[in-house]
Amino acid sequence: MRREPPQRLVDYAPIAFPAIMLTVFFVIPFATMIAVSFFQRQQGGFYIPAFQLANYERFLSLFFANVLGFSLMLAIVVAICCVLLALPFTYLLARMSRKAQVVWLVALLSVLSLSEVIIGFAWSTLFSRTAGITNLLVMMGVMSEAKALLPSFGAVLTGMVYQAFPYTVLVLYPAIVRLDPTLTEAARTLGASPLKAFFTVVVPALRNTITATLIMVFIFALGSYLLPQLLGRPQHWTLSVLITDQAVYQSNMPFAAAMAVFLVLVTLGLVALTAFVGRKGEAA
Amino acid sequence: MSDILKMGVSRRGVLGAGLAGASMLAMPSILWAQDKSLKVGVYGGYFKDSFDKNIFPDFTKATGIAVESVAEPTGEAWLVQLQQAAQAGQAPADISMMSQVAMLKGQATDLWTPLDTSKLKNFSNLLDRFVNKYPDGRVAGIGAVSWYITLVTNTDVYKEPPTSWEALWDPANADKLGLLALVSNSFLLEVTAKTYMGGTNALDTDEGLEKAFAKLAEVKPNVRLWYRDEAQFEQSLKSGEIPMGQYYHDVTGLAAADGNPVRSTFPKEGGIQDSGCWALSRASGKVEEAHVFIDYMSQPSVQSLLSRKVGTSPTVKREVTDLTDKEFAAVSSDIEPIIPRYDLYQTKSDWLNQKWTELIVG
Repeated sequence: MRREPPQRLVDYAPIAFPAIMLTVFFVIPFATMIAVSFFQRQQGGFYIPAFQLANYERFLSLFFANVLGFSLMLAIVVAICCVLLALPFTYLLARMSRKAQVVWLVALLSVLSLSEVIIGFAWSTLFSRTAGITNLLVMMGVMSEAKALLPSFGAVLTGMVYQAFPYTVLVLYPAIVRLDPTLTEAARTLGASPLKAFFTVVVPALRNTITATLIMVFIFALGSYLLPQLLGRPQHWTLSVLITDQAVYQSNMPFAAAMAVFLVLVTLGLVALTAFVGRKGEAA
Repeated sequence: MSDILKMGVSRRGVLGAGLAGASMLAMPSILWAQDKSLKVGVYGGYFKDSFDKNIFPDFTKATGIAVESVAEPTGEAWLVQLQQAAQAGQAPADISMMSQVAMLKGQATDLWTPLDTSKLKNFSNLLDRFVNKYPDGRVAGIGAVSWYITLVTNTDVYKEPPTSWEALWDPANADKLGLLALVSNSFLLEVTAKTYMGGTNALDTDEGLEKAFAKLAEVKPNVRLWYRDEAQFEQSLKSGEIPMGQYYHDVTGLAAADGNPVRSTFPKEGGIQDSGCWALSRASGKVEEAHVFIDYMSQPSVQSLLSRKVGTSPTVKREVTDLTDKEFAAVSSDIEPIIPRYDLYQTKSDWLNQKWTELIVG
């Protein structure tokens, strides 16, 4: 089959459908959000069309900078934890028999079917004093008395890593399966231990995949707003929680939209930076 | 499905039948008397179901006015819809159950048709706080339902019930409280003002509000959970994980009746009484019917019925109801309640919200 660049309008037809979908369900809502972010909030009412920067001005404060900083930090830590856990896991998984792989993948996919609410409530029970895992540790004699592990940063992190882990594995899996096994074999014949071969051959060979996975998990984690509420204290609330507060409870759409636009811009900036650094590293 | 298609029914016919079925399901649940009718907006879910089942059929029987109940969203979305519809001369519901803040916001645009109290035989039974007035004295709405938020405790952890909201500030309760997460639904500023500043009038000035915020900041170390989701707190309260906090009096009573180790206490400063009003949209032409409806709902017997069946606190004086002491205690208290300062959430909502968020998140 020869691939030719499209010549006539009809040649573009196959992409018309996705293009329309993208426009209707992404471009238009996003443009609306940007427009609303400049509208004027009417306290005690709703909003009226206008062009003003007050919503962005309100956001530019130390308080919101801290919340934004925390949200980004949390998302980065979640991404790093997920990749650190998922990389060796997926590498070992890819070396298992076909049957075992299927069982593991189905189990992981079933985690994806759980909603954030269920994950949040399940972990809040597991971390509770009255019914949580510390009771098991007490029974085994490791701890003297049961205690609550939440609300805490650790609880939030655990919940979010648990939620993002299946995605991480599913993104890493194809690349790792396709990795040429002769690479590691060569390393082993040249005297590298399995661990050394993993770190000096497998990880560098997968560098692009790892970067892409980090970015994906980062963005996924950034949108989380339920788990921080269920498992954390108010200081662990992400910017998404505050956006929800403004949109749903305060009816302040313009301010909520401005915060959301800001969050998107910062995210895009970070992703671009990562891609840029990655390309530079490759050129060197 | 394939069998039906083979029987010669066209695909369109099947679709048509489906549509007809769907529209039957979507039809108003109660629509009997044809000549007179009233569209009534009620909070969707529990309230609408209870009203459809326990209240509206009797109303239609007694007055001949058919009720079409409309599920309205809580919060301000319904107010916005009513306002926009009224500008176009439409009323998605003639009469609606509105929160107090929404009442004030509607007043600002003259959305509510003033009510003629001389047409309400039961007007004299109402408690004053359930008559919502425009600044110039016209009546904008009449109390529909009310409920209490009180101090709740786990009985296994607290053998003796607390007596005052001061318990929230007690250093002994460090990391033990569950409180509502929003300034506009926790009403903790009012609680602070009533407990430590002599009453909610202390919140009239910005200095007063600042002082209340400062006092409230002292509660922070005691709070383990700031909840938006009621189930989250209720579960923790029952298990004793979070043994104290603020919660709905009626729901706590039901949980206790189910055998859970929880209790609801009216502190000596009073429980927080929140409520909804019946209000008539100015775009509605059903003024007569609306007055009949409001009068019917304000009858002591109907208010008693609501207390028994829906768990709301009566909007009429206690002595005119036939509630027993036990029934009354299940939904209310004789202690003077803390009435939220709804006006603040209209005029200063953004400022209060910002201060509040900084207080609990910062």
